[in-house]
Amino acid sequence: MSGELTSLRVYKTTKKRICRSMAPILEVKGLSMDFGGLRALDRLDLDVAEGEIVALIGPNGAGKTTFFNCITGIYSPTEGDMLAAPPGTKQKSLNGLKPNQVTERGLARTFQNIRLFPNMTVLENVMIGRHCRMSAGISGAIFRGSSTAREEKEVVRDSYAILEKVGLADFVNEFAMNLPYGAQRRLEIARAMATEPFLLLLDEPAAGMNLQETKELDDLIIWIRDNEKISILLIEHDMKLVMSLSDRIFVVDYGRKIAQGTPEEIKCSPAVIKAYLGEEIDA
Amino acid sequence: MFLTFPIMVIRVNTVEDVIEWRWPNLLFVGLGSFFLSFVWRYFIKKQETGKKKAQAGEIGAIPVSRRLLTEPKIYLPAIIVLSIFTLVFPFIFSLYQTNIMITGLIYVMLGLGLNIVVGLAGLLDLGYVAFYAVGAYSYALLNHHFGLSFWMVLPIGAGMGAFFGIILGFPVLRLRGDYLAIVTLGFGEIIRLILENWNEFSFGPSGIANIPRPSLFGLQLSLQNATIYLYYLMILLVLFTIFVVERLQNSRIGRAWIALREDEVACEAMGIDRRKTKLTAFALGATWAGMAGVIFAAKTTFINPASFTIWESIIILCIVVLGGMGSIVGVILGAFVLILLPEYLRVFSEYRMLVFGGMLVLMMVFRPGGIVSDVRRTYKFAGLQNNQEENL
Repeated sequence: MSGELTSLRVYKTTKKRICRSMAPILEVKGLSMDFGGLRALDRLDLDVAEGEIVALIGPNGAGKTTFFNCITGIYSPTEGDMLAAPPGTKQKSLNGLKPNQVTERGLARTFQNIRLFPNMTVLENVMIGRHCRMSAGISGAIFRGSSTAREEKEVVRDSYAILEKVGLADFVNEFAMNLPYGAQRRLEIARAMATEPFLLLLDEPAAGMNLQETKELDDLIIWIRDNEKISILLIEHDMKLVMSLSDRIFVVDYGRKIAQGTPEEIKCSPAVIKAYLGEEIDA
Repeated sequence: MFLTFPIMVIRVNTVEDVIEWRWPNLLFVGLGSFFLSFVWRYFIKKQETGKKKAQAGEIGAIPVSRRLLTEPKIYLPAIIVLSIFTLVFPFIFSLYQTNIMITGLIYVMLGLGLNIVVGLAGLLDLGYVAFYAVGAYSYALLNHHFGLSFWMVLPIGAGMGAFFGIILGFPVLRLRGDYLAIVTLGFGEIIRLILENWNEFSFGPSGIANIPRPSLFGLQLSLQNATIYLYYLMILLVLFTIFVVERLQNSRIGRAWIALREDEVACEAMGIDRRKTKLTAFALGATWAGMAGVIFAAKTTFINPASFTIWESIIILCIVVLGGMGSIVGVILGAFVLILLPEYLRVFSEYRMLVFGGMLVLMMVFRPGGIVSDVRRTYKFAGLQNNQEENL
């Protein structure tokens, strides 16, 4: 994995090309989410342009994962609009869609606490990702006609190709639960990539990783953006990773957006410093 | 020893008002528990060494059960011997034995059907016997009122099973785990109570008698021949079931079921329609129960609601769990163990259920994965380039 990806480090130099001119591929307007009396998200706006890596940061409990769950259809938001479209097509609303329909639209996600299918092999995990791009039904499965057989062959080949890309080809027939932690994180990304998304939503991909693994993840994300033409929206606590990776950063606290901008702007933003470190008291 | 003391040793003779002390019994209990504790320790020790080995990373030691299934040198002759044995079985053994075998095979079918719902899709279904009843009553009633033959009703029974599977599936789509189990339990009881109480429809507890056995191209067979015929029919149907389940297991739908079992949230996030997947699992599982029900009615020629109690559901569930969830070979073995063992344990008369229960407990303690645990299909790749081949 590292061999393949270190050679791709050159792509990092082209990182800062921001295509603001195009219509955003994900646009969220005034998103609010109430849990009973608790307002977890409060009129949040966010947009991701094609080819961008956008980070969503904030202290614990700020509503970042809730935001992801709203977009991916696990929660239905109290109010607000979510629009998404593959690059170059007309925007369509994501409101009221079920999780599987959102994935079919081309938004794939990973989970904060890894949610692989532990008793399936690594390859099968990725094959599940291909599910919504396949068509075989019950009769197809039983009689295994030529089209189903071809589809099966293709899904095995494609899934293997994806595993090669993320550097997990050696583990194909291993049970997912037997993988080392870092590899499990990468497998989750591979599985999400298998759904052919145009936007990848990563929920704390570097959580619990050591320095080396974080470095590899950094390279992998850049590589996905540049070679697979997938834009990325990520939640992350590792500030070093966020600052080096993202084109733009959104900061939320208590469900509200408190800042937005390039990494440099965020670093100096007094609102962000206040949210993370508290206010200075001048006696 | 002390716990059994009042029961085993002291006996009050109420006629003569004296207490009998049966000391030899105490000795037996003592010796018995002493011996059993040794057996128990031996198994525990064995299990611990196995765990240690696994921790030490000795992957080379593949479990015996799996080696038996993957080594062609071992399993090819085994399959040949087994198939010859099944072919000549009705001719060397008595009619009674053949009948037991047919029952065993019906349970194999039921087990494989429930395996789709419980083993693959992970939906705990305690009312599976309801679909079995639906199949059996489809044949009995359609034959009684319209004179439809076995062969015509077999697909109808399967269809009815699937239909009821979907009917049960709809209300339980949002449920999982314990809640699902309770609802399916209720569903099973509803079907049984309807059959028991709706006299005009199902003839109530007195049941339906004189259901014809399957005919061979319109030929009516004697009892002996009909049983043998049914036996071969069952073998064919079980082979068909195995074929279909095996195909389903390694298909797009089978993988979706397993994903649903493993993690429902992730499964949906990966673009799998949860509703559709659950409904197909319920429907396909129930299809086999419906078919098995038709055969059951044809075999016994008499059915009444007493054959479809919760106990049946539990036995079928035991078959799946004991055999190994998701494993076809496991479920077949489980069915034979659970159905044939009580039959052959009749020698021990009243102790047979005790022995049976004891074995279940021991199995679950020492082999919680079942007799044969599920083996996922592996794929081999020739090279690391794009010319991979699937060698399986």
